[in-house]
Amino acid sequence: MATPLLPPEFSELEPFASKWCLPTEAERYAKRLASSMEDMQAFYAAVMARGEEAIAYCDKFPLDEMPERVVNLMYLLYSLISISFAVECWSQPAVPDTGAAYLDLIVEPEL
Amino acid sequence: MARWPKPPEGSWTEHFGLSTEPISYEDSISPEFYELEREAIFKRAWLNVGRTEQLARNGSYFTKEIAAARTSVILVRDGEDIRAFHNMCRHRGNKLVWNNFPGEETSGVCRQFVCKYHGWRYGTDGQLTFVQQEGEFFDLDKSESGLIPVHCDVWEGFIFVNLAKEPAQPLREFLGPMVTGLDGYPFGLMTERFTYRAEIGSNWKLYMDAFQEFYHAPVLHQKQTPPDWSGPALKNGFEAPHYQIDGPHRLVSTAGIRLYELPENMRKPIESLTRSGNFGPWDAPELGEMPAGLNPAKCDPWGLDSFQMFPNFTILIWSLGWYLTYHYWPTSYNTHVFESTLYFVPPKTARERLALEMAATTFKEYGLQDANTLEATQTMLESRAVSTFPLCDQEVLCRHLHKVTGEWVDDYRKEIEATI
Repeated sequence: MATPLLPPEFSELEPFASKWCLPTEAERYAKRLASSMEDMQAFYAAVMARGEEAIAYCDKFPLDEMPERVVNLMYLLYSLISISFAVECWSQPAVPDTGAAYLDLIVEPEL
Repeated sequence: MARWPKPPEGSWTEHFGLSTEPISYEDSISPEFYELEREAIFKRAWLNVGRTEQLARNGSYFTKEIAAARTSVILVRDGEDIRAFHNMCRHRGNKLVWNNFPGEETSGVCRQFVCKYHGWRYGTDGQLTFVQQEGEFFDLDKSESGLIPVHCDVWEGFIFVNLAKEPAQPLREFLGPMVTGLDGYPFGLMTERFTYRAEIGSNWKLYMDAFQEFYHAPVLHQKQTPPDWSGPALKNGFEAPHYQIDGPHRLVSTAGIRLYELPENMRKPIESLTRSGNFGPWDAPELGEMPAGLNPAKCDPWGLDSFQMFPNFTILIWSLGWYLTYHYWPTSYNTHVFESTLYFVPPKTARERLALEMAATTFKEYGLQDANTLEATQTMLESRAVSTFPLCDQEVLCRHLHKVTGEWVDDYRKEIEATI
């Protein structure tokens, strides 16, 4: 079995971790565009159900001294935020009618 | 029935003495007009190129491509001073500071600038300090061969350059009382940055227009909110409580909505989880007293002030204690580079950091919707199948931008004609 990416309290989210614990917005957005709605709905349901607990857990650590698994949990929550738009608003991965448009995030916080 | 009182003249448009006639967009589809704008506007107006936090240390520098003014500028911290120079070696004209791709901007920290071509060196004060094989040159006076300075000044941490030989006005006078009414806003505390960039297939003024009216918001962005919200919003439409114009600059204030006071069905589940959204994190930082120039009409509840600064710069301050900037850098009559930076007080906790992520992610979802209409507009405007367009009172600031642009170009034309 692969080394867990997330804190043990969130082991049930482990199946989503290897795909969605991504450190940059560009990676998260690209993953969202390349994912099926079925996958994202499952991810959304699982992480939303533990969302408040996950935030409260991360909140126990100082931002500049987070253990790697907590950082991964933060990344998972960032991905949840990104895909929430596909699930809650668009019913498709991309923003509708934006085929030709892009908006690259060229400066973002380290965590 | 208007929800917000109009000025005594009956409309904002008439209040500001603007025509109510349909307007032409010829200024956005004409290559000839763009050539005039380059000289009349981009080589004469004060242009914001960044913030002092980008030049934190002695020797910190960044380059700014200003294609509309046909140049690239180096901004550098030289001790206490921030200096600007044309990014050009005095020897044979090579671009001095660039990496890999000459057209791309770069930044870093250095003690001196070294030309890649023949190794001439310049101090951060612009002085030429070293010439390779100096003895081979004829009558070369190093003291007369420094980098060509560009007028540069700073207001509230915003660095501006002016490419005129002599600017017509000092920066503060150019900004005028409406903008400098923001003196003292804690911009310097908001150092957590998210910067976005895109190349857009439209004239720069079309994107300015897109973000200086909110008439579009209930329609274009309808699906970003639950039906219980977007239905009434669409039915009621958008009205701003306050518009203001000062010289070439414009302001729109909007009324605020305290999303967190509304029932759950009026917001998205992710907003409830992150306590954040389009308006920013709901738990705003304590910032103390605000300057008088912010929310000048004292709207309550107040949402945001969007300061549209001529020619191509916007500062948008949200009531929830953060701000963002827009820049529109023309690259041709029908293309430009769009940049936006979101600035927040650095988060102290994971919960605060997640609220920023939600605000930034939401910003991009909206921005993508706005961006894609622009190319669709540009291409059809260029068909010239229709040549005048009706603007409503909520589009008053669009009307003003095109009027001011025309005036600056006319002034330039008259000067040129007078000298012939």
